[in-house]
Amino acid sequence: MLSKRIIGCLDVRNGNLAKSVKFVDTRDIGDPIEKAKQYYDDGLDELVFYDITASSDERNIMLDVVGQVARQVYIPLSVGGGIRSIDDAQKLLWAGAEKINVNSAAVMRPAIIAECAHAIGNQNTVLSMDIVKVVASRDLPSGYEIVINGGRKRMGIDALDWALKGEELGAGELVINSIDADGTRDGYEIALTRMIAEAVSIPVIASGGAGKPEHLYEVLTEGCADAALVASMLHYNEYKVSELKAYLNDRGVKMRMHY
Amino acid sequence: MLGLNLGVFMLAVIVDYDAGNLRSVQRACYQVGLDAEITEDPDLVVKADKVIFPGVGSAESAMSTLQFKGLDQALMEFFNSGKPLLGICLGLQIALEFSEEGNKQCLGIIPGACERFSFSNRAVKVPHIGWNELEIVQDHPMLRSIHDGDEFYFVHSYFAHPESEKHVFGRTTYGDIKFASVIGRENFFSTQFHLEKSGKIGLRLLAAFSGWKGD
Repeated sequence: MLSKRIIGCLDVRNGNLAKSVKFVDTRDIGDPIEKAKQYYDDGLDELVFYDITASSDERNIMLDVVGQVARQVYIPLSVGGGIRSIDDAQKLLWAGAEKINVNSAAVMRPAIIAECAHAIGNQNTVLSMDIVKVVASRDLPSGYEIVINGGRKRMGIDALDWALKGEELGAGELVINSIDADGTRDGYEIALTRMIAEAVSIPVIASGGAGKPEHLYEVLTEGCADAALVASMLHYNEYKVSELKAYLNDRGVKMRMHY
Repeated sequence: MLGLNLGVFMLAVIVDYDAGNLRSVQRACYQVGLDAEITEDPDLVVKADKVIFPGVGSAESAMSTLQFKGLDQALMEFFNSGKPLLGICLGLQIALEFSEEGNKQCLGIIPGACERFSFSNRAVKVPHIGWNELEIVQDHPMLRSIHDGDEFYFVHSYFAHPESEKHVFGRTTYGDIKFASVIGRENFFSTQFHLEKSGKIGLRLLAAFSGWKGD
C-alpha cells in the first residue's frame, strides 16, 4: 500500500534557509544542507527547495546547494522558484534535482508545463499553485483565486480551473499552497485541498499552515492530500520527522516507518 | 573512470539513452563504492563488467533511442555474456517483450508485457508516485539484505506483467493491483522502484549489486 508522504520544504535565499510568514516577511534561519541531511536521517520522504533569491546571477548558489544535498541525501529532491525555461530546469536536474516545480512562470505562460513535461517527463513536472480564498463569483466559481509574486498579484484565474488545466498540460503532481494559511501555523486549508484532490487524477501535495501534528493528520485524511509539506515545524526543531510519522502512523495513516 | 578492484580494473557503466537523470544513479553508485561511468557507446557496454540500465520516460521513445544508438543489441550481447545487469524503472519495463506504451516491441529478456495502470476508483492516482512496500515472493541473492515490507520510491504509470512467476521476485500493491516490482532472470535483476532515491535501504540494494556476480 502506498504511504502518505511528508515533504520538507526549504526556502533558500542566497544559499541560506529562510522562512516566510504569509510570503512577505522573511528571515534567515540556518544552513539548508545541514537541515536536509538531518531530516533525511530522520526519515523524511522527499525534499523541496524553493529558491526565493530574486536576482538571476545568484541562481548558481542554488545549483550548488542542490548539488551538495544530492551527494548526501538519497530521496527525491524537488526544486522551484524562478524556473522560466527548459534550460533552467535541465540545469537543476543536472545538479541533482528530480522534480521541477513551476509556479508564476506557468501562470504567465502555461505552455511551459507542457514543455517541461515533454523534456523531463510528466512525473518530474510539478505545478505549484499559490492560492487565496475569495468570494465565489462567475469568474471565480470555486471561490479560490490564483496569485503570483508571493501573493501580491491576483490573477483573476480560478484555482480549480487552473489545477485541471495544469493536469491537462502534463503536470505530474500539484502543490496546493494556501497563501492565507502560509506561516499562520493554524492548519492547512482543508476545503481547498480536498476540492482539488477530488477533481484531479494526479497526486496532490498540501502546503501552507502546518503547525501541529494534527494538521498533517487532517489534511492527509479529510483533505485527501497525498503528501503534506512542512517547513517551520521542522526548522525550529519543534518536531522531528520521526515524531510526526509516528503520530500519523499511530492514527492509522500509512507512513514509511523503516528507513 | 575505471575503478580499481582487488588489482583488476572493474568497469561499471550506466547506459545513457536520453532517458532521465542518470547522474543521481551515478551519485548513488559512488556512495556505495561503485565507480560507474555514464556511456552511450555500445562497445563500452559490451566490454563492461557490470551494467546499470536506468531510465524514466516513455518505453516507446526509449526503445527508439536504444535502437538508434545500437544500444539494444549491446544490452542483449551483455546480457548473454552472463555478467550482472541491473535494470531500474524503465529499465525493468523495457526488459519485457512488449509495452502497451506506444505498442512497442522491447528487449524481451523476460517474457511478458507492460500495461498501464487503470483504476475504476478515481482516488487511486496515476502515476503511482511515492513510497510503497516490497513483498518478497522469491529468494534472490540481491534481496538478502532487504526485509519483506521495506519501502521504496516509485514513479511510474505502467507496470510489468511477466508471463511466468519464476521471473518475479517481489510484488507491490497499488490500488487493487499487485504488480511485479522486482523481476529478474539469470544475471538480469531489475526493480520498478528507484533504488537510487529510496534512502538507505535503496543504497543497500545498490551495494548488493556492487558485490553481485550475476549468479
